[in-house]
Amino acid sequence: MRIVVDLNRCQGYAQCVYLAHEVFRLSGQEALTYEPNPDDARRLQVERAAAACPVQAIMIDRLDGTERGEAS
Amino acid sequence: MSLPATVAELVREFRAGARIVIVGASLAGLRAAETLREEGFTGSLTIIGDEPYEPYDRPPLSKQVLKGWVPADHTKLPRTREVNADWRLGVAAVGLDRITKRVRLADGEQVPYDRLLIATGTRARQWPNPAEAALEGVHTIRSRDDAAELQKELAESPSRVVVIGAGFIGSEVASVCRELDIPVTVVERGPAPLVGALGGVIGEIAAQMQRDHGVDLRCGLGVSSLEGDSGGHVRRAHLSDGTVVDADVVVASLGSIRNVEWLEGSGLAAGVWGVGCDAGGRAFDINGVVTDSIFVAGDVARAPHVLYEYQFLAMEHWDNAVLGAEVAAHNMVNLEPNYRPHLLLPGFWSGQFGVNIKSVGVPPFGDEIVFTQGSVADRSFAAAYGHRGRIVAAVTFDHGKWLEYYGKLIERSGPFPPPPSGWDQPADTKPVPAEFPDPRVPTAIPDVVLTGHAPSERTAEFRPRRH
Ligand SMILES: Cc1cc2nc3c(=O)[nH]c(=O)nc-3n(C[C@H](O)[C@H](O)[C@H](O)COP(=O)(O)OP(=O)(O)OC[C@H]3O[C@@H](n4cnc5c(N)ncnc54)[C@H](O)[C@@H]3O)c2cc1C
Repeated sequence: MRIVVDLNRCQGYAQCVYLAHEVFRLSGQEALTYEPNPDDARRLQVERAAAACPVQAIMIDRLDGTERGEAS
Repeated sequence: MSLPATVAELVREFRAGARIVIVGASLAGLRAAETLREEGFTGSLTIIGDEPYEPYDRPPLSKQVLKGWVPADHTKLPRTREVNADWRLGVAAVGLDRITKRVRLADGEQVPYDRLLIATGTRARQWPNPAEAALEGVHTIRSRDDAAELQKELAESPSRVVVIGAGFIGSEVASVCRELDIPVTVVERGPAPLVGALGGVIGEIAAQMQRDHGVDLRCGLGVSSLEGDSGGHVRRAHLSDGTVVDADVVVASLGSIRNVEWLEGSGLAAGVWGVGCDAGGRAFDINGVVTDSIFVAGDVARAPHVLYEYQFLAMEHWDNAVLGAEVAAHNMVNLEPNYRPHLLLPGFWSGQFGVNIKSVGVPPFGDEIVFTQGSVADRSFAAAYGHRGRIVAAVTFDHGKWLEYYGKLIERSGPFPPPPSGWDQPADTKPVPAEFPDPRVPTAIPDVVLTGHAPSERTAEFRPRRH
């Protein structure tokens, strides 16, 4: 799956880190880093993390991967 | 039929049957394509990109990718919807003919358009000596291939890395090196890291932060040459003060160059600071006349901004690419009075040395700075930038929750120094000069640039059309 976090919006509440620590990490107090293309097995966890984000900064793909006719 | 009904009919027909071409298949190009479909555009859509990959995100490249946590090919951007486009990846646009309304591709093909979006972004400025730049171990970072190659070399525990240029990307590379316990020397021509973007007062704090983390920081110096071994691998950097630094990896982070060469001869207001456009993304021609069919978004765009005295702003920021693309796409399939403006308050983040640095507004527009919250010693604070008694920007170190407060003040042209936020005020709240370098000094290029008032100022070269 694919995600992107709007880090302008992110305020480091770290809810996502609690809910999906394999995907989201804090570096120090506030700087969030994450795995942008996590394993599909983590989808439920990541969806919960996105739903719990107080500033709704996590965007999850609404399409499965790549469309036809496109290189990868 | 009444005039409004005719206009509505025109828009409907256009959305159903027109041809739209996007050049640049990255963040801005993808978000524009998605918005076009969202807005009900069902005509033909072609996306041309010279990289062989589908759109991916660049900010992770100098952070979690370099660190080795996330593979470089794990940066593909999520899709919000299907775009049903004809993707031409791995082929560059090499020319634009505005009379026949065609984009010329490197493979000789000509792609006709009714509306065109220019989203070709920027590329990394290479080390200026081509023979030295070609040495193995010498890198720049813009693409995922660049990041993958550099990551591989960092994973092999080099004896030392030399970073040339301490802007955001150079500082992030230095931070990753220290996290991986790799010795690193940072050479910066200016007086401190980040001075172009945040000024000398904040730069001094960034310098101290780098030194505390074991970076060998050399400011006020340049690299005069790079030296390789007989196998063509870089081994040494010669600095302008005559000292020599041994290293097997060199990262040149010298800022970026806008990808406008393919527009040569098109008659558009394109130059070193990008392609001039109005706040709705419509490109200006060389005479300052706005075009109806050509739009610009992302790193390659420069547009006047109402909050900054209508000077043209060029912003190399992620959210500028996203929001600029959405506005341009909306305007591509609408007509007056339904145009929207792209009046984003610039925002930026950078994670380095365990600190989250964020800014809002245009710091280099300010000439004074005042610390408003927190503690510099703890590297957890907020500071505001002022110009002629009003607040124009703010920066936070691990104080991101407060940025919105300052953003709102900036949008209202609030007073400087700003009213106290009523929370964790520092002892000293006296404004001091922000210490930005003279913009004419070719050093520490900021990523938000004020480029003057006219579409052609400091950028476009006046040239008659070729065709
Ligand atoms: C290492 C790195 C770290 C960053 N970190 C941050 C950060 O922390 N915060 C932040 O706000 N921003 C950051 N940025 C900036 C952000 O990534 C850019 O603002 C964003 O990528 C701009 O998107 P764009 O689509 O306008 O341009 P680009 O991403 O540059 O895309 C332009 C595309 O067009 C292609 N192209 C160029 N010329 C042609 C041609 N003639 N024909 C066809 N295709 C062409 C290019 O190859 C490229 O694929 C970072 C950038 C880099 C490189």
